[in-house]
Amino acid sequence: MAEPKIKYDRQLRIWGEQGQAALEKASICLLNCGPTGSETLKNLVLGGIGSITVIDGSKVVLGDLGNNFMLDESCLGESKAKSVCAFLQELNDAVKAKFIEEYPEALIKTNPSFFSQFTLVVATQLVEDSMVKLDKICREANVMLIFARSYGLTGLVRTSVKEHTVIESKPDHFLDDLRLNNPWPELRKFAETIDINVQDPVAHKHTPYVVILLKVAEEWAKIHQGSLPSTREEKREFKELLKSKTIAFDEDNYKEAVEASFKVFSSRGISQDLKQIIDDSQAEVSSNSSNYWVMVAALKDFIANEGGGEAPLEGSIPDMTSSTEHYVNLQKIYQAKAEADFLSIEQRVRNILKKLGREPESISKATIKSFCRNSRKLKVCRYRLIEDEFSNPSITELQKYLTDEDYSVAVGFYILLRAADRFAANYNCFPGEFEGPLDEDISRLKTTAVGVLSDLGCNGSTVTEDLINEMCRFGAAELHAVAAFIGGIASQEVIKLITKQFLISRSPSHAME
Amino acid sequence: MADSVAPPSRSRDLDKLLLRNGNLVGPNFEPGAELRDDLQEYARILVVGAGGLGCELLKDLALSGFKNIDVIDMDRIEVTNLNRQFLFRVEDVGKPKAEVAAKRVMERVSGVNIVPHFCRIEDKEIPFYNDFNIIVLGLDSIEARSYINSVACSFLEYDSDDKPREETIKPMVDGGTEGFKGHARVIMPGVTPCFECTIWLFPPQVKFPLCTLAETPRTAAHCIEYAHLIKWDEVHSGKAFDPDDPEHMKWVYDKAVKRAELFGIPGVTYSLTQGVVKNIIPAIASTNAIISAACALETLKIASGCSKTLANYLTYNGVAGLHIKVTEFVKDKDCLVCGPGVLIELDSSVTLEKFINLLEDHPKLLISRASVSHRGKNLYMQAPPVLEEMTRSNLSLALYELMDKVAKDTIHVTGTTSKDGKKTSCLRKLRVVFKAIDGVTDMDTAGGA
Ligand SMILES: [Zn+2]
Repeated sequence: MAEPKIKYDRQLRIWGEQGQAALEKASICLLNCGPTGSETLKNLVLGGIGSITVIDGSKVVLGDLGNNFMLDESCLGESKAKSVCAFLQELNDAVKAKFIEEYPEALIKTNPSFFSQFTLVVATQLVEDSMVKLDKICREANVMLIFARSYGLTGLVRTSVKEHTVIESKPDHFLDDLRLNNPWPELRKFAETIDINVQDPVAHKHTPYVVILLKVAEEWAKIHQGSLPSTREEKREFKELLKSKTIAFDEDNYKEAVEASFKVFSSRGISQDLKQIIDDSQAEVSSNSSNYWVMVAALKDFIANEGGGEAPLEGSIPDMTSSTEHYVNLQKIYQAKAEADFLSIEQRVRNILKKLGREPESISKATIKSFCRNSRKLKVCRYRLIEDEFSNPSITELQKYLTDEDYSVAVGFYILLRAADRFAANYNCFPGEFEGPLDEDISRLKTTAVGVLSDLGCNGSTVTEDLINEMCRFGAAELHAVAAFIGGIASQEVIKLITKQFLISRSPSHAME
Repeated sequence: MADSVAPPSRSRDLDKLLLRNGNLVGPNFEPGAELRDDLQEYARILVVGAGGLGCELLKDLALSGFKNIDVIDMDRIEVTNLNRQFLFRVEDVGKPKAEVAAKRVMERVSGVNIVPHFCRIEDKEIPFYNDFNIIVLGLDSIEARSYINSVACSFLEYDSDDKPREETIKPMVDGGTEGFKGHARVIMPGVTPCFECTIWLFPPQVKFPLCTLAETPRTAAHCIEYAHLIKWDEVHSGKAFDPDDPEHMKWVYDKAVKRAELFGIPGVTYSLTQGVVKNIIPAIASTNAIISAACALETLKIASGCSKTLANYLTYNGVAGLHIKVTEFVKDKDCLVCGPGVLIELDSSVTLEKFINLLEDHPKLLISRASVSHRGKNLYMQAPPVLEEMTRSNLSLALYELMDKVAKDTIHVTGTTSKDGKKTSCLRKLRVVFKAIDGVTDMDTAGGA
């Protein structure tokens, strides 16, 4: 066995040890192990997921060897679940892998409580009727659910969880938390100790831009009755004022100051997104509130009181042109403030837990610290039930996308996928599934699609002939490359749900290649 | 109906796509069993790279109807590959990636033939690359992409109206990933932008100024790069730093820790040291699977016409939600790599040696140590020594004579060029026109410019 730290190095750099620990604790149930399901699990097994249970009632036939890498000649006639499970186990012996030879549809019907033992269920290649049933079962049992479907050159991934709360959303681009628009006393005091008009050219070009901006903003405020630049003209003047302070052409710190000057002008307080979270009804905590909402309640109280309308300081600063001494000192000032904010939030968390009759220390220091550091980036996602999506779609949105050039193909296939399931329920096979002329299936699918659209309330909307023809041509084929694509997306979603990092997708994702 | 149940077939699912008529297909799509059989028999695919993307690509292509695949990779398997390069096991560590990957896929997918090439991409002769119908790139370096791109573009010929000759277009499919993000693109040299046309999509890595490292370090990375780039050379006179030698890495780490302590800078860890020094890009199985699958599908679409090909650049971002975007980039009409070639006017008396020297100073080329070939014939080769000796006598001959006294023709030049202070291999296509030749007027030569 390889040293896990080394083996998982490239992913630990993304989701860290905490994320990895969450993955190693998770148990995943896979329904149907065709290529879509097999590829989803492959990506998770390689990354060291805790345990997998593969459920499939079918036996391996020759056609399966053409689209599923986990199966070879020796598997012909064997249980598909058993064969796939054996190959997956080979990929990583740290993963507990087992299989059950049973059809998922039967399990959904006869043994709904079976699913409650899992962290997350990946349901692949299920038709509408089973999707709706399974969705209710998982929602009830508080088990996370992901649907994945490959169909010809199209496919779908849909996440279904009641509520998914994210502390570490790790966005690509997010503005640093320097508080140049709202400096606290210690930061002001530090800036006062530095003379930005120092004669020594080396010292002049190594004054960090944070200090330059604080000082120039103060100078500006003095001559503008205490206010900061707000109009376009004032902002331009402010930048000119900054530039006038340079004493040499190569002063990178001043260039950085001009570029970052918008941080002085930006409005104070928290973002709309964060406001929505602290105003969420879940932030009115009760004894069974999750740790996340307990911390949000503490955050809300902090913002209203000590925070003076601001979230706790993040505490880290970006690299900037500076002498080592100034930079390190600046870092210490930001860290000290972040630590003070953290202690204040921690106190609140402990008090709330006590009030709720829970163990005050039940949320770890590390968790609260991470919550504070990421408080500006908190996210909450909620999904409605599949049944709700199917029976009560947003008609205006659907109609808009059906006619939009960029989305009409994806939405068209979404409608047709549902029509294909309805077709299968009526005719016991998918359109174009078997050999022979397609004309009859094409006209039947067209009628079915019109029915689906009118049931959705989109009377008069149509799906193009081209798409209907393509759908029949696909004949429910599960192509390996499409399955690998859809399975890849599904496994990314699983990782995001389990590590509670990054953001999961909010709507069904389609891929027409 | 009697024909409603098909006989069992391995290509049960693929047949639906390849045997049936479609409405949203490529212009040359001719469905039928013949198409499927031709793909198996005649299509030859080269996969460049047998790493995270390469492993997936080989599996995907083998299960997408291709039977003749080659794979080229110079690397050996490392433990850190095992979280995503699913064809490799712990016991394979140290073996060549290309060889193990080819063997594993052939073991599982019967009938597929994969030829591994355990070598650098530059080690292969240029014509090697012309034997393939499509080149699929699963690489993590800009330099390697750039090289393969220039090779594929060198096969492109233009007709007298400067229109690309279709039969000389060598399609490429390129993928890349970083964390939860990735891209897949289709390159049809002469038709869609080549890698070099859109090189701005890959900005060069930011380097720290040496004076920051030496005088005003502020971050852990500054301390690490100080130990790696400055201190190492000071202490180990002449001995090259080897990022794969754990002893070397440990030395850099220890020195970085000392420096960080001296300046009161937090955050130097062994993991960060490796990350900074080796410029490690985080990589996970799922993203590689997504991007490779998109690339394999495009390969199938180009080869069969079974659906419209991607036009021409897909970005995938799973960091915040899930975003898939397709952008149609445009060709740079002055591109030195996929255009008709840099025009060089020469006097018919210019010798090959003088020509080679001229390439070094040409502002658009700046190629040093150039080897020159004309219509597949080596005029001068810098290496290997045998070829160098064989072609050395050509140096003193007039290029015009060596090119069989053709007044205007294309020649290929390989050599090294320096980009951002780094030497890289390159291949350039040049259009040489000889002045003052009977039968060619000034008007003619100007026409090709
Ligand atoms: Zn180009």
